Amino acid sequence: MATSSERSPPPFPDSEDQDVLDAEEVRGRDSDEDEDLFGMTEMDTTPTSDVSMKPPSDIMNDPLIEPMIKADVTVEATIDRSEVTAGVIDPLSQQEAKQTSTAPVIDLSGDSQPVTSKIADPLVALFSDAPPAAEAKKPSSANVDLFDDEEGSDIFAEPLQTKPAKQPQKSLFGEPDEDVFGEPLGAISKKPVPKDKPADIFSQAAASTPSVTSTVNPKTNGVHSEEDGDIFAEATVELSLDSPRNERKKEATAKPSAPAPTSLPAAASLAKPQPPALEEVRDGMNAYMAYKVSTQTTLPMFRNKTFTVRRRFSDFLGLYEKLSEKHGPNGFIVPPPPEKSLLGMTKVKVGKEDSSSTDFVERRRGALERYLQRVVNHPSLLQDPDVREFLEREELPRAVSTQALSGAGFLKMINKATDAVSKMTIKMNESDVWFEEKLQEVESADQQFRKLHALVESLVVHRKELSLNTASFAKSAAMLGSAEDNTALSRALSQLAEVEDKMEQLHQEQAASDTFTFAEMIADYIRLLVGFFPHRKCEFCDLQGSFDHRMKAWQRWQDAQSMLQKKRETEAKLLWANKPDKLQLAKEEIAEWEAKVTQYERDFERVSATVRKEVIRFEREKTKNCKRQVITYLECLLQSQQQLIKYWEAFLPEAKAIA
Amino acid sequence: MMEEVKETASVLSVHDDSIKVTEVLKEGDTLTFIIVSQKLSGTGEYHVDRTYEDFEWLQQHLFSQGDVPGIQGVIFPPLPAKPQVNASPRSIKQLGFLALGECQPYCKALETFLQQVAAHSILSKNKAVEVFLTSSDPPGRQKVKKNIFNRLSQAVEEMRKEGHKDVDEFFQNERDHNLILTGCTKTAAEKFLDVVATEQKIAVACGHFSTALHLCVEPGEDPDKQAFSRVCVKLSEVFESIKKNMTSVAENNVNTLGLGLDLESRYQEAEREMLFRRTCKLVELENAQRNVEKAKPVKKAAMEEVKKAAETEFEHTSGVAKQEIARFQGARVEMLQQALVGWCEKQLLTAKESADQFNQHLEVFRGMA
Repeated sequence: MATSSERSPPPFPDSEDQDVLDAEEVRGRDSDEDEDLFGMTEMDTTPTSDVSMKPPSDIMNDPLIEPMIKADVTVEATIDRSEVTAGVIDPLSQQEAKQTSTAPVIDLSGDSQPVTSKIADPLVALFSDAPPAAEAKKPSSANVDLFDDEEGSDIFAEPLQTKPAKQPQKSLFGEPDEDVFGEPLGAISKKPVPKDKPADIFSQAAASTPSVTSTVNPKTNGVHSEEDGDIFAEATVELSLDSPRNERKKEATAKPSAPAPTSLPAAASLAKPQPPALEEVRDGMNAYMAYKVSTQTTLPMFRNKTFTVRRRFSDFLGLYEKLSEKHGPNGFIVPPPPEKSLLGMTKVKVGKEDSSSTDFVERRRGALERYLQRVVNHPSLLQDPDVREFLEREELPRAVSTQALSGAGFLKMINKATDAVSKMTIKMNESDVWFEEKLQEVESADQQFRKLHALVESLVVHRKELSLNTASFAKSAAMLGSAEDNTALSRALSQLAEVEDKMEQLHQEQAASDTFTFAEMIADYIRLLVGFFPHRKCEFCDLQGSFDHRMKAWQRWQDAQSMLQKKRETEAKLLWANKPDKLQLAKEEIAEWEAKVTQYERDFERVSATVRKEVIRFEREKTKNCKRQVITYLECLLQSQQQLIKYWEAFLPEAKAIA
Repeated sequence: MMEEVKETASVLSVHDDSIKVTEVLKEGDTLTFIIVSQKLSGTGEYHVDRTYEDFEWLQQHLFSQGDVPGIQGVIFPPLPAKPQVNASPRSIKQLGFLALGECQPYCKALETFLQQVAAHSILSKNKAVEVFLTSSDPPGRQKVKKNIFNRLSQAVEEMRKEGHKDVDEFFQNERDHNLILTGCTKTAAEKFLDVVATEQKIAVACGHFSTALHLCVEPGEDPDKQAFSRVCVKLSEVFESIKKNMTSVAENNVNTLGLGLDLESRYQEAEREMLFRRTCKLVELENAQRNVEKAKPVKKAAMEEVKKAAETEFEHTSGVAKQEIARFQGARVEMLQQALVGWCEKQLLTAKESADQFNQHLEVFRGMA
């Protein structure tokens, strides 16, 4: 992300700052940067072509993403200024998110090993998306929007900085890393057409990105916004023009306008947009919860720019099954879906009004959304026809029934168990220290995350308790107030009850924030690391799974090698026995096995490279995501403190008025 | 009312509002409190050490001043329950807010008790108060005998008198009202205590989380890892701040509104006891009146005398009680107001400080590459 610093041209910052200031006093430097970009973008905008040429854009392949983000941010800001209305803002944010998402897609294209190493970019994109989503979700409060913007900007800024670090890594990794980076960059380089309105800004930003494209690798994803359709559309078009690779990029951006604003790590989102994100379908005994998955995208691979489908939980699991079957062996980390919970779902089915069941549904919804976003943000997975089908197709074949899935899960478990055995018996002489270390790190990280998760959960329990206790104190304060003879005191006590009621709300929000920012984030990581299933070392292990796949590839290679060895020995024997007729056959076999060995070796190396790339991607994403979440969390904390200050300030005169 | 006290209370040689309980010493199972007060005569301070038994001794002496007319109508400042060094859950529950923290809330409560006694126009005249505050010898080490004013003496049968219909509407209202308020205050104090307890739990949980985050720090030169470690360390600091915030919110709660509600609830109890004593007197008087009516001529004179005595005592008691209630109403509103204002101000301060801190953390995170 270091690039970001480079990018942000001094002149622009000013403009940005102003914007930021307007938008929110609170904003930090990050926002400023974003603004800067903005400013740049704006300037650029007028001359679209100019923009593309601009150097800043190249800097940024990562930056591109950032710019996009920035653009988004800006848009929001603009909106704020021009129109306070949240509604407008949301669309923009969504658009932004989409743009970001695009970047990852680009990664897939990979060709661009280009110059810039910006592994970080994809991540960035993801991050950027998330903030917008958040914004979209909470359109109502202007403050919130501002915050979101800030976050987004921050995130962006960060990623840019990080980039430099990443670059060195790239060199190490070589191609894969580069690919990733390059692609994202390309994605960034969308060119939106500049327009008068905030949309214009966006487009400008996009334009700047494109310029980057020209320099480095051009991949772009089209971002589009529903509302500002024109602008976006233009932008998309431009993108395609700019970068040939763009085609590959797809953006599946869904806006998660789900009822609960969960922070979404991934940019592309499948979300359930409209309030009725969830639908309960009751069909006799087979009641189930249907999730609405809405996608917004400019990627040409999709037929429409926005579409919504209805999926049930087992469909999500089915998607995972398909993906992990296809991509797992190649060393890709296939993001795991949330685990099945018979208990939770039964509760939902039995008692709809129960708060724990709504909590459960919301948690699951958030987890599914993050899961889909991870998938969509993964450059390779997004290309998968099954993903597209999942997002787009009206009716999914119900082949993947729950039972089938659990059956498959069972089979898988057995498979993995045998793998575990083979792991023990055939000790792979790990020549690569890097993998050895990583594997250990993954295991210890798993432990730590579990511990953290338990701690956060207990914190959440206490927070909820606090909110309950505050509510009952509020009630008893109200009672006391009504029993009080002294009018002023009675009044003050009733006020106190009201203040406490409001605080209860705050505590509740805080509990939700704890839950959705930390608990869920950590749960996601645990899922990613190992999975929640009882046979955790065997099943649904993502990182570990990809390590396993690598080992399998290694084994195949080794087997082929020993087979080749045998064949050679046979040949030598035949030669010695002087049996020319069989010798010919043996020679053919050797040639065949030699080819196989080479191929398996190549396979192994490919898988190793992919795993490496994936692990690095995962780690980078983890840090970024974490940071983003923390920022969201802090903003939430800060906001609730400010709210508290307001409450206290309002109450103080009441207390003083008691005579 | 304090000024009024000073004029009349020539007996007392210290400023009532200068009385402080400054320290607690723990010796085995006994707690010794150091009480400091300023002499009325210019400079100089009295330093005395007193145990809880000494406080009980003082209270017993206040209760049993038979020579003061209408003493039964006094709302005695409530003495907090006995502190336990190794408190059982039950005694903790009984002590409520006073069991929290390191004795400071308890000292504060004792201090308030002494100040109230010293400021009281009738009670401060008692020699025992002077002795308690100034004598270097501990006064109350001998076993105190429990007398009828002791709370525990409210036997079950006596409780029936609580429901006795009053002849005076003022007192009847006051009794009804007191009954409601006592309940409400008690509940409010308990609920508030729950809130504080949960806040303390949150503070502890934040502390744990903050510590655990340090375990996520990964060694190594890898810039990615370092970045993640940095995030963890910073986040740990954030949670440390949250912990501090929660701790001070809880402390503020205890030291202001918590103590206020506790005192209020104990004072309501004290008022209730006073009203009960008056009701007892009333019942006594009514019995005497009945006896006079029923009495045979021979005993009539004696009965008449008993009735007269009861009548005067009741009148005295009622008179003092009326004054006391008026004084109490004013004092408690003022006390609660102070508690609320202090609470609000402290919480405001804490919230502002925390907001500042969170903002700083936020800046750090935003600035993080």
